[in-house]
Amino acid sequence: MRATVDGNEAAVSVAYRLNEVCCIFPITPSSPMAELADEWSTAGRPNLWGDVPTVVEMQSEGGAAGALHGALQGGALATTFTASQGLLLMIPNMYKIAGELTPMVMHVAARSLAAQALSIFGDHSDVMAVRQTGFALLSAASVQEAHDFALVAQAASMRTRVPFVHFFDGFRTSHELNTIELLDDEVLGLLVPADLVRAHRGRALSPERPFIRGTAQNPDVYFQARETVNPFYAAVPAAVEEAMAILERHSGRGYHTVEYSGDPEAESVVVVMGSGGETVRETVSYLNGRGRRLGVMQVRLYRPFPAQALVASMPGTVRRVAVLDRTKEPGSVGEPLFLDTVAALVGSVAAGERTVMPLVIGGRYGLSSKEFTPGMVAGVFDELAGDRPRHGFTVGINDDVSSTSLAYDASLDIEPAETVRALFFGLGSDGTVGANKNTIKILGELPEIHAQGYFVYDSTKSGSKTVSHLRFGPVPVKAPFLCHRASFIGCHAFGLLDRADVLGPAAEHATLLLNCPSGPDKVWDSLSRPVQGQILAKDIQLYVVDASRIAREVGLAGRVNTILQTCFFAISGILPLDRAVEQIKASLVKTYARRGSAVVDRNLAAVGRALAGLHRVDIPRIATSDRELRPVVPAGAPEFVRRVTAEMMAGRGDELPVSLLPADGTYPSGTAAYEKRNTSELVAIWDAELCIQCGNCSFVCPHSVIRSKFYDQSHLEGAPEHFGSAPLNAVGLPSSRYTLQVYVEDCTGCALCVEACPVSAPADPSRKAINLSPREPIVAHERSNIAFFEQLPVTDRTRVDFGTVRGSQFLRPLFEFSGACAGCGETPYLKLLSQLFGDRLMVANATGCSSIYGGNLPTTPWTTDSDGRGPAWSNSLFEDNAEFGLGFRLATDQHVALAHRRLSELRDDVGPDLVDQILEARQDRESALSSQRLRVAELQRRLEALDGPAVAELRSVAELLVRRSIWLVGGDGWAYDIGAGGLDHVLASGRDVNVLVLDTEVYSNTGGQMSKATPLGAVAKFAAGGKTVPKKDLALQAIAYGSVYVARVAMGADPQQTLRALREAEAYDGPSLVLAYSHCIAHGIDMRKGLEQQYRAVASGYWPLVRYDPMRRAAGGNPFLLDSPRPRVSLASYTDGELRYRSLRSSDPEEAERLHRLAEEAVSRQWDVYEEMATRGAWHFAADARKGQR
Amino acid sequence: MTDLSSLYMGLCLRNPLVASASPLSRTADGVRRLADAGVGAVVLYSLFEEQIREEAAVDAMLVDAGTESFAESLSYFPSATAEDSGPRKYLSLVERAAAAVTIPVIASLNGASPGGWVDYARKVEESGAAAIELNIYFLPEGNGRDVEQRHLEVLAAVREAVDIPIALKLSPYFSSTSEMARCLDEAGVDALVLFNRFPLPDIDPETVAVVHRVDLSSPAEGRLARMWIALLHRKVKASLAATTGVETPEDVVRYLLAGADVVMTASALLRHGPEYAGVLLDGLSQWMERKGFATVREFRGLLAVPPDADGSLFEREGYVAALRVANLSSLSYWAR
Repeated sequence: MRATVDGNEAAVSVAYRLNEVCCIFPITPSSPMAELADEWSTAGRPNLWGDVPTVVEMQSEGGAAGALHGALQGGALATTFTASQGLLLMIPNMYKIAGELTPMVMHVAARSLAAQALSIFGDHSDVMAVRQTGFALLSAASVQEAHDFALVAQAASMRTRVPFVHFFDGFRTSHELNTIELLDDEVLGLLVPADLVRAHRGRALSPERPFIRGTAQNPDVYFQARETVNPFYAAVPAAVEEAMAILERHSGRGYHTVEYSGDPEAESVVVVMGSGGETVRETVSYLNGRGRRLGVMQVRLYRPFPAQALVASMPGTVRRVAVLDRTKEPGSVGEPLFLDTVAALVGSVAAGERTVMPLVIGGRYGLSSKEFTPGMVAGVFDELAGDRPRHGFTVGINDDVSSTSLAYDASLDIEPAETVRALFFGLGSDGTVGANKNTIKILGELPEIHAQGYFVYDSTKSGSKTVSHLRFGPVPVKAPFLCHRASFIGCHAFGLLDRADVLGPAAEHATLLLNCPSGPDKVWDSLSRPVQGQILAKDIQLYVVDASRIAREVGLAGRVNTILQTCFFAISGILPLDRAVEQIKASLVKTYARRGSAVVDRNLAAVGRALAGLHRVDIPRIATSDRELRPVVPAGAPEFVRRVTAEMMAGRGDELPVSLLPADGTYPSGTAAYEKRNTSELVAIWDAELCIQCGNCSFVCPHSVIRSKFYDQSHLEGAPEHFGSAPLNAVGLPSSRYTLQVYVEDCTGCALCVEACPVSAPADPSRKAINLSPREPIVAHERSNIAFFEQLPVTDRTRVDFGTVRGSQFLRPLFEFSGACAGCGETPYLKLLSQLFGDRLMVANATGCSSIYGGNLPTTPWTTDSDGRGPAWSNSLFEDNAEFGLGFRLATDQHVALAHRRLSELRDDVGPDLVDQILEARQDRESALSSQRLRVAELQRRLEALDGPAVAELRSVAELLVRRSIWLVGGDGWAYDIGAGGLDHVLASGRDVNVLVLDTEVYSNTGGQMSKATPLGAVAKFAAGGKTVPKKDLALQAIAYGSVYVARVAMGADPQQTLRALREAEAYDGPSLVLAYSHCIAHGIDMRKGLEQQYRAVASGYWPLVRYDPMRRAAGGNPFLLDSPRPRVSLASYTDGELRYRSLRSSDPEEAERLHRLAEEAVSRQWDVYEEMATRGAWHFAADARKGQR
Repeated sequence: MTDLSSLYMGLCLRNPLVASASPLSRTADGVRRLADAGVGAVVLYSLFEEQIREEAAVDAMLVDAGTESFAESLSYFPSATAEDSGPRKYLSLVERAAAAVTIPVIASLNGASPGGWVDYARKVEESGAAAIELNIYFLPEGNGRDVEQRHLEVLAAVREAVDIPIALKLSPYFSSTSEMARCLDEAGVDALVLFNRFPLPDIDPETVAVVHRVDLSSPAEGRLARMWIALLHRKVKASLAATTGVETPEDVVRYLLAGADVVMTASALLRHGPEYAGVLLDGLSQWMERKGFATVREFRGLLAVPPDADGSLFEREGYVAALRVANLSSLSYWAR
């Protein structure tokens, strides 16, 4: 049976059927495999033997591997799906599983490892890091192979007892949609017969026939015992070949452990593994068709390395070999596949099997999903054909530092003429990708057509750009690289023409379909000069449709996908129009039936409207526009931003040479300010007259686009005409003015500010003191307003009342314009942190949403103040953030102590008064900190005049004499699950670190998987039936230590309490834990209502606001403060507003009612406990037993 | 000992007090509480077809929000989330409520499309509803004849689809309520519920905004229904249910005297809690004991218009009389 699926689905469709237990932890790009398995399990889909597999989400990959090991020892067929850091966390268990000869297959969507930076994209760094574990490694090069090899691996593992890693390239294969032939159960059963399953079960631990496994061995036998397994490994290549042979008999698809293709008498060959092998094979075939005599050896089985098969299948004529590795092993003679190939060849020459040792060179390609194209393959063969082929080359980049990179012809096009290539540029929110996936499925289901789809996303979550690469035609599509020279380009958002090189990849005479508000007679004039030039130069046919208007009119505002999909079929003529319309409608019904009849009706209506609204545009012979594209960044931007950041922003990062990139992963702060994304048509606009200057709007703004300043009115001289200003609403400052400036080009239109605004116009209650308004008419003058605003004096931090919401908003945010979702519930907390402590802040950020919007290139939001100070930010890993942050503290403490010691030693040289003042400074208030800064500056000045080793040492640490604020930031996935052990330990350390948990109650960054913070009754991935365990009360756990300051806050419910808690936490000399309710797109809410939901969470008693302050206990008071009033709205009035709760009421009303009742009980029980705690005497709470603490 | 048992569209009820559609009957627990409080039957809260459609559309939007935008989070919910379950939630309530209590559970249906009425009615029947109450809710704009016709069409379609009794909740806005009632009676309706109340929007002069809120009914509102029940009693084969304005046991008695087969209340139960049903029933029993009635049958319709009276003439006279009675009752109401 044919199907159009991606690599993840292809693999899991076999893995699910061949296993009984799946132990997983979400990690990109493997998560969809686990999610599908969970969905099928929830739906009761049986495996090959009629049982429904159990899917368990663990707290980390380490945990998943442990559970996997145990399940295997228990005799179950068990698997896991993982990638990258996840695979690394499994390594200890992999040695055990392999050491015990336990058959199993884990499926890996191979991905880069975090080194100088994290990358979610594909290469072989992770799988190469487990090649030594004793697992066999089988590599699939395509979606079809990911399906077939999932079976081959299982069959071979069951036969040989050697466990397998079955891997395929992350994203390139895991996320590529392609038309494949599905294996039916019968074939699976042939390859994995029941007797092998029973043999595995027979080896399980059982008290009925007890034995022990997992002994500790001594020098006498460990070595010998380690060598016992050799025959099992020796049997693997043959077992794989055998499984492949059986598969071929039943499917017609033949594979070998190493496969040669090309000229039988080739002189030059490439050895390669993974999806790149497809590219090399297709290119070799193309080049051989033009007279070359080349070959390629695709390695399928990598461990145990099939040396014999490699040597045997390599033609005797081969004299030159290039081995391509998709990984980097710094300091090695060569990458792993190279080393194995050389060793195999040397061995065969030494053994006399081959007469000539070929010249072998190795090189790297495709790291982090870097494109690997036919042009690059040709470049490698050209290098091989040269006089002195270079070893250690790279291909696909410009390495101007070590001169490793090969030159190549990027324009080489080997694709069959009958394959159509189409590219679609869309916005994340407009449904373009979904519609294209549909198109691929529609086409893939037709017997005469093969189809492929691959989707590229940018690194932001609001206003993100998507590019869909589609191929279809009469022959199978074997092209694991992006489309160039496309004959069809869809531009689904008009603004993208100015943001991206939409027509760059267009072929001559291509067709451009443009979603455009201007009609066919106006559109030409609205295009920029460069775009007009491209249209004319490439003789592009232009069609327009006002899809946004049609979408609005049929009730699908923003979702232009169906309309543009219909137009694509109408223009491209792949199918006769009526057949196409019929197919689209059928597919819409199929896709949207589960979304209800209203959605189906609206989409069907969109199809008809689309055809009526589509127009061909007559194109003039010459360019008429004088509008040039705006520069990517302003001319005044720093050099690095202009030369590097801007290139990445413009989509030209691939062209950046090695020399321009930092060698150690260090990048300048504050680059987000240069990326004016203009993502929202509607932006916030201030009404100076209505405004009461409370600061709420700016406080809650997730994107830091609302700034306030007060200044003397004399500064208004020369203000732009439309510059907003009002008398400052404060006593004692009569000549001061107030301005609330909106950075309209950065505003995402989330409307949280409007919701937070407490005032309404008397005549029009819908109008607030801040409102949404179209961006286009105001953007030009707002640019000059912003420029004017920025040169107004910065409010002096010592003159600001830190204790009030209003006051805090005069502090400049040092976290701005992140690419988080519009209306994000996390970022307002980070912004506040940066306002309060930014100039002395160090942030250890756990991997997750906050590390992505906080640190994903091209531009990053953590920035600096006018003195150049600002948050120092770093991300280590997901699992270790608490420990990482504690390290900041340890280093700081060590150096502060050093500074104190040297300062005391140099007291007389520096000046006793200054030294004493510095050493005794309390640094608890902003004014005290400010004085300390001045003293330290004076110290540094005086040190300049002194000499000696002690002075030099003091100079190197003097800056630490200003108290640092160390924050450990992360989501609930980190704090409640993968990092829970570390967090617990760090909280118990007694050290002065501050932990901010941005609690979205779900793994947001990887797409909504359940965490231990997920509440009772909520639906999440891996809790599709509603979570049946209540959320862990991290606050009470921390309170139990006695030495931890703890607060639970929700900005939308009580901003003042949030502010107080953050300040108290920071001031507390010991560990602090702040749990911050963060509404999230994964809650299934209208993000505009995020603050309202926060309020309801608190008002219903679900999220009581608390503070626990050990200092109060020390002073004899009750340290536990309950800051929110008794529940005053029903829990339902909170949960009704969120799809995560509501959806269960539709899918399983009885269970929803049951869980809701239990949740209500839990809320009132928790409230009773808290209320009781709030009335206890101090001695009921644990004392802070640290030395020096009372 | 008084016997309160009553017959309502063929269903034997232990007493004539029926909890009408309200938030109290949104959950099986709520229905159980009502039954425990003693009511004779429960009408579940209404299933609104448009609401189901609209909710599904909103949920579809929410479940798709932010998807296919960022490589790590191509979706945020399990793929089955926000699947339009249609009336599944409601049907499950019918099923669980019917299983939880021994009294009849009547489903209330508010369709929006001809297909919706029939489809949902059939599903409601399959889920174990003892009867269906059709809640035909729309403002009678346009041609009055079309409005009447629509009532008849809906009834006919549902009649054909299900075998359980069908009640129809009428609005008071017909040119001739009696004519409409007669036509529906002929078309096979099993009960008429008089009258539907509409949540009319209000205007708040202070905020200059339209305010949507549902006010609970007041006893004064019962007079219109009472008049029509008195007029229709024994004129139609269908049972008559009185709804609106039941606050005290006396209100229950008034309706029964006028000829209602059952008396429905939501507002009083919402105001005082489901247990208030017991207060109403005790009051009814006490009144019967005081007046020497052993069964409800003995006094039901005692003050109804005799079936053999001249309809049109009596309506006019009844109108005048009713006005008089209304004035008195309203005075006595205020005097309390």
